[in-house]
Amino acid sequence: MATIAMPGRVEAAAPARPAEPTGVWSWITTVDHKRIGTLYLFTALFFFVVGGTEALVIRLQLMKPNMGIVSADMYNQLFTMHGTTMVFLVIMPLSAAFFNYLIPLQIGARDVAFPRLNAFSYWVYALGGVFITAPIFLSLAPNGGWFGYAPLTTTAYSPTLNIDFWVIGLQILGISSLAAAFNFITTIINMRAPGMHLMRMPIFTWMSFVVQFLVILAFPVITVALVFLLFDRFFGTNFYTIAAGADPLLWQHLFWIFGHPEVYILILPAFGLVSEVLPTYSRKPLFGYPVMVYSGILIGFLGFGVWAHHMFSVGMGPIADSIFSLTTMLIAIPTGVKILNWISTMWGGQIRFTTAMLFGIALVALFTMGGISGIMHSSAAADLQQTDSYFVVAHFHYVLFGGAIFGIFAGVYHYFPKMTGRFLDETLGKWHFWVFFVAMNLTFFPMHFSGLLGMPRRIYTYDAGQGWELFNMMASLGAFLQGAGMLIFFYNMWRSYRQPATAPADPWGAPTLEWTIPSPPPDYNFAKLPQVTSRYPLWDEKGREAMIQHRAGDRIPSAEELHIPMPKSTAKPFVVALFMTCMLASLIFLHVEGMATVGILATIAFALAMVGTLYSWLLSPLE
Amino acid sequence: MTTATLTADHGHTHGAGGAATPEHQPHHTTLGLDHRKIAIWAFIGSECMLFISLISTYLIYKGKSLVGPYPHEKWTDPNTGETFNAILNIPVTSASTFVLLMSSLAMVLAHNAVINRTGKAKWWLLTTILLGTGFLGFQAYEFTSFVHEGLTIKTNLFGSSFFTLTGFHGAHVTVGVLWLCTLLAIDLKRGLKPEDGLIVDLSALYWHFVDVVWIAIFTLVYLIP
Amino acid sequence: MANAADAHGHDAAHEHHPTAGTYWKVGIILTIITVWEVWAYYIPSLVASRIFIPMLLILSAVKFAIVVMFYMHLKYDHKLFRALFTGPLLVAMATVVGLLFLFGKVAVRLAA
Ligand SMILES: [Cu+2]
Repeated sequence: MATIAMPGRVEAAAPARPAEPTGVWSWITTVDHKRIGTLYLFTALFFFVVGGTEALVIRLQLMKPNMGIVSADMYNQLFTMHGTTMVFLVIMPLSAAFFNYLIPLQIGARDVAFPRLNAFSYWVYALGGVFITAPIFLSLAPNGGWFGYAPLTTTAYSPTLNIDFWVIGLQILGISSLAAAFNFITTIINMRAPGMHLMRMPIFTWMSFVVQFLVILAFPVITVALVFLLFDRFFGTNFYTIAAGADPLLWQHLFWIFGHPEVYILILPAFGLVSEVLPTYSRKPLFGYPVMVYSGILIGFLGFGVWAHHMFSVGMGPIADSIFSLTTMLIAIPTGVKILNWISTMWGGQIRFTTAMLFGIALVALFTMGGISGIMHSSAAADLQQTDSYFVVAHFHYVLFGGAIFGIFAGVYHYFPKMTGRFLDETLGKWHFWVFFVAMNLTFFPMHFSGLLGMPRRIYTYDAGQGWELFNMMASLGAFLQGAGMLIFFYNMWRSYRQPATAPADPWGAPTLEWTIPSPPPDYNFAKLPQVTSRYPLWDEKGREAMIQHRAGDRIPSAEELHIPMPKSTAKPFVVALFMTCMLASLIFLHVEGMATVGILATIAFALAMVGTLYSWLLSPLE
Repeated sequence: MTTATLTADHGHTHGAGGAATPEHQPHHTTLGLDHRKIAIWAFIGSECMLFISLISTYLIYKGKSLVGPYPHEKWTDPNTGETFNAILNIPVTSASTFVLLMSSLAMVLAHNAVINRTGKAKWWLLTTILLGTGFLGFQAYEFTSFVHEGLTIKTNLFGSSFFTLTGFHGAHVTVGVLWLCTLLAIDLKRGLKPEDGLIVDLSALYWHFVDVVWIAIFTLVYLIP
Repeated sequence: MANAADAHGHDAAHEHHPTAGTYWKVGIILTIITVWEVWAYYIPSLVASRIFIPMLLILSAVKFAIVVMFYMHLKYDHKLFRALFTGPLLVAMATVVGLLFLFGKVAVRLAA
């Protein structure tokens, strides 16, 4: 991204925009929230390809009865890693890419509250992702499902290293999410531009705000559950040892206390993105903004009281089943309110069917379908028929693929010009959308039927003659069609990269602060901090002109010229993240015959290195 | 580990009337509060969930151990006939509880000394550190005597959940002691001034929270049979 | 807020800090409650009675609240901090109560 020639009133000597640093080192040392957002985006897209490839192998194996593409053991690793990858390495980081890129821009800030902590979060994620993914090449990838139910995952039943990679990997990734959550909470509370009070905050920022609280409340619980499992596996404790009197449901409860809020952590950012996209292309303010905000908060809060609906089949008794049925039905109400608000937003609007809008509308439709099958599960009696069948697989792919991924793609098409200064091609984008839409339904809709016909989840093959052949063939073809859709998307990105940057500050006529500054924004974001007077400043008749900070052809001054102090680039967050990951990764050796001493020594050495670097980081000034 | 990183980006903001130098305008903050203080409170909120998970597990497994030693009752091994006393040592733990409580008092007095320039900050910081270390000493004594009496982390559900819960708490105290030592080193090197009230406050909030967790543990684990 | 910063140069939120005297008094109250708790533990008839567990729970809750209000000065600080602490604390309390119910711990105590 060297200097870009801009047409118009640019003097020959002065570049149109300040030169951005280039090279690998500049990315390792960056503390700019936008560059970190970009890193998140590309890393998560890389893992999307990884997780997608795993899914394609799974679908190839299940295409026909009794296929032998992979062994049963490798199949276990594939579906475990597909789930783990998509949840922790794809959807959460894709959301994090938007948190990073958009939150400071939407609230009118120059960066996040703790820029170096932000870089640290990214590097922990990237290194943790490599740590948990790489073992699949040695057939050592986690193989206990993304939920890792203990006691199945204790040493007695899973003696090999596979689960150790999962336990330690998730701990590493959890640290990344927690550090990022403290950062964004502080940013949103304390870095809003003058006049940006809470009820003027863009809805994406609002939903992100709720998500950060879900992260700080849900992740400690799985941290503890994983520590127990780690201690059981490495030090012989009894948390999940049934023979010692342990309760076989302890893990399930702790996991789902985390696990259910986690699904809102996955979906709410996409809801936020779509709540930006739908009003923009309908040219109408979001219908019922306050209701949207409150329903988001309510979903977050109620999300902590529904976890046991994942456990109806374990026999908790009629009282517990009834209570969790009820709370689950209750939580559908604020979610349904959101759907209604989106439809009402579009109602009577001047709709432009851009690619982003298509993805947004599709989210409303597909998520509704996933939501309806979700309400079906909330009845304990019905759930007993559906649990652990492909019906559930269909349900959560409608929610997480039709919901989260479609919402994120709506965000990608909408914000791509803001992030890169370049447009994605609309024709190719629509091809991408329609291929995706058809493929998505082709893959996951038939799973409702195979599920109701009794096909269990997680089986690596099946016999002919049970009525599942057609549905599996459809699902497999759909999966490959999805792969084709992704190829179109990547080709679109590559094409866009080769074209000149022509995007103006507000290419879509969107209303919020991020569209008042150049595309892509300079490192300091806002040359002068905006004074916010309404929810949609760029749609105000009055005051609109005053909000615009950049017009086509304007020269973009550098931070030095504007005397804006910028945080210094530093590799310290990266180094601390590296040492911390190595420290936790070394624990693996405790489970390798004869390597325990090496493991302990390495852990201590990396811990000391980490603390030393951390002190050096803390004692060096930011700017 | 995240604890320490929270204080990371000092210098980026100076809350209302912080140490802003003329050529260096304070950054805008919405509420006039320091970023770090918001972050530490969010962190403490998160820690509530961490400790509640540990405490819940302890309570769920209370009375579920198949073999002794037990926390509050005698136990005779049916195979060997060997008798084990109730393992919790209430007098010692009451003393250590008192020590930790007093360390909180010393901590607020240290903070008070810093913002009021009484010059006694280093003594109160030192007192807090010594009391905190004393608590850890009690814990080390407790753990080793339990092991001698036949209770390890592997023995039974009580051992697993007890050592993990109190061990996590002890680890938090250890981090707090290191943090306070850092503050003491800063004080000895250049003297903590009223402007540094905030960085002392951050460590104090963490320290009191760890104390408050112990208040819950002392009642739920030690006193209630 | 920046304009309102006082001449002493410390955080505006610290204006209403309690004095050292208050801290000592709080320390004495905490000590008294702790002595009370331990004393109760050594009276077998009290331990056997129905009020023992509720009493201990209330006493530790009072200690908890006093430390949070005075030593962590939530009583005097910005209301945001109060929300950041009590919100998660409530979720945590609800979680532990829910779990004890699910594992049959609370029901046992109610029946006793
Ligand atoms: Cu759920």
